[in-house]
Amino acid sequence: MAYPTGFKYTKDHEWIELTADQGKVGITDYAQQQLGDVVYVELPEVGAKVKQGQSFGTIESVKAVSELYSPVTGEIVEVNSALKDKPETVNANPHDSWMVVIKMTVPSEEAALLDAAQYEALVK
Amino acid sequence: MEQATDTPLKKTPLNARHRASGAKMVPFGGWDMPVEYSGLSNEHAAVRTRAGIFDVSHMGEIEIAGTDALAAVQRISSNDASKLAVGQAQYSGLLTPQGTFVDDLLVYRLGTAHFLLVVNAGNIANDYAWMVEHIHGVGDAVAVDSSSRYALIAVQGPEALNVLQPLTGVDLASMKYYWFGHGEVANVRATVSRTGYTGEDGFEIFVPPAQADKVWLALLESGKAADVIPCGLGARDTLRLEAGMRLHGNDIDQSITAVEADLNWIVGWKKDDFIGASALREQKASGPKRKIVGFEMLERGIGRHGYDAYVGDAKVGLVTSGTQTPHVKKAIGMAYLPIDHTAADTEFDIDIRGRRTRARVVPMPFYKRAK
Repeated sequence: MAYPTGFKYTKDHEWIELTADQGKVGITDYAQQQLGDVVYVELPEVGAKVKQGQSFGTIESVKAVSELYSPVTGEIVEVNSALKDKPETVNANPHDSWMVVIKMTVPSEEAALLDAAQYEALVK
Repeated sequence: MEQATDTPLKKTPLNARHRASGAKMVPFGGWDMPVEYSGLSNEHAAVRTRAGIFDVSHMGEIEIAGTDALAAVQRISSNDASKLAVGQAQYSGLLTPQGTFVDDLLVYRLGTAHFLLVVNAGNIANDYAWMVEHIHGVGDAVAVDSSSRYALIAVQGPEALNVLQPLTGVDLASMKYYWFGHGEVANVRATVSRTGYTGEDGFEIFVPPAQADKVWLALLESGKAADVIPCGLGARDTLRLEAGMRLHGNDIDQSITAVEADLNWIVGWKKDDFIGASALREQKASGPKRKIVGFEMLERGIGRHGYDAYVGDAKVGLVTSGTQTPHVKKAIGMAYLPIDHTAADTEFDIDIRGRRTRARVVPMPFYKRAK
């Protein structure tokens, strides 16, 4: 599966699709492969404050529980509640299965993220 | 399982095959083992509906032989080995004087005075030392760790017999559950037993390590038409949990007795003294304070190994295994609860990462195959 060039990525295998100062956040195809069958996604409430590199939720597969790490600092402005009932879409379409929308409060943080080519090299 | 990074992982004779086949490898009990081939759910389903093939060569084999071998086995093994005919096997416990588990094991009677004990991978050295120490003085009996002489391959699932029979002269249809026979599989000297850890019909095949790869490939070839696939430890764990089988290190260990683990059926109550006998007899008579239960989650979440169990605000017990089962499609698990909370339908809470989540006691096994 190709890594969309319009996304930015973290070393913790999240992606963020930034539009102005907001971004949809999900996990990468590599991450879903490592996790295996996803059964639960636990997400924060709208309004929650998150910090770059810190946990904003958890994702649970048959095998294990993993933290979801925020690519940027900011506030949760939207949560994809559809994932509650259809967590398996994270496996099927990881790059369409956004989890939260974060409104960035530290725009300079974007520079620390990887582009698609850098991320692809990381997981090769 | 935590793995010390400075200890090199051991490899089974099939390690190169797993890696060449693209299996996802993980450290397990000191071994570099395949956790997944094509995906846990897919492998789990294959075993429930067709068949799957597992490399379980990491398991240990310890032989006890000598004219007093039976007495030696009777001393260290909780089940009654005198009930075994030559060619028969039984599940048993290697117990401490307190009746808790050093390990669980299968005892095979190879000959009148010759037994093969199959033990868990991570416990081989410890079990062997324990056995040597405790059979000392029993009489003419010697224990030998022959783990390196055996590769072990499991074929499990409703199609297991059809996959294996074309490769062997051992008559599988007439072999009863927990019996075994000797012969050849794919022209390789083998011992075949009708045993397994999945809740399905199936066989475990002991072969010389140098020929393991040949047998593995022959099984895959023979199973091609029935879409039989290689499986990893991930599916092995979800399958055994659905079948209600205990996992040493999770559900049973040196803090848990055979009575608490509801494994009274592997205790030879009528046989003479064995290690743990008096403690178990006492506990059976007075009744255990806690016992293992099966549970299913009533709310979203998976209760996993090490999570605390609550009744009201009181922490009362511990989850020892838990998963979302690919077949039953429920979050299930095993936990130890106070005896007055072990009846079916009793509800309790599991602390899932800070959130109290409702669960209900249900009978085990969670899955039982149609006969």
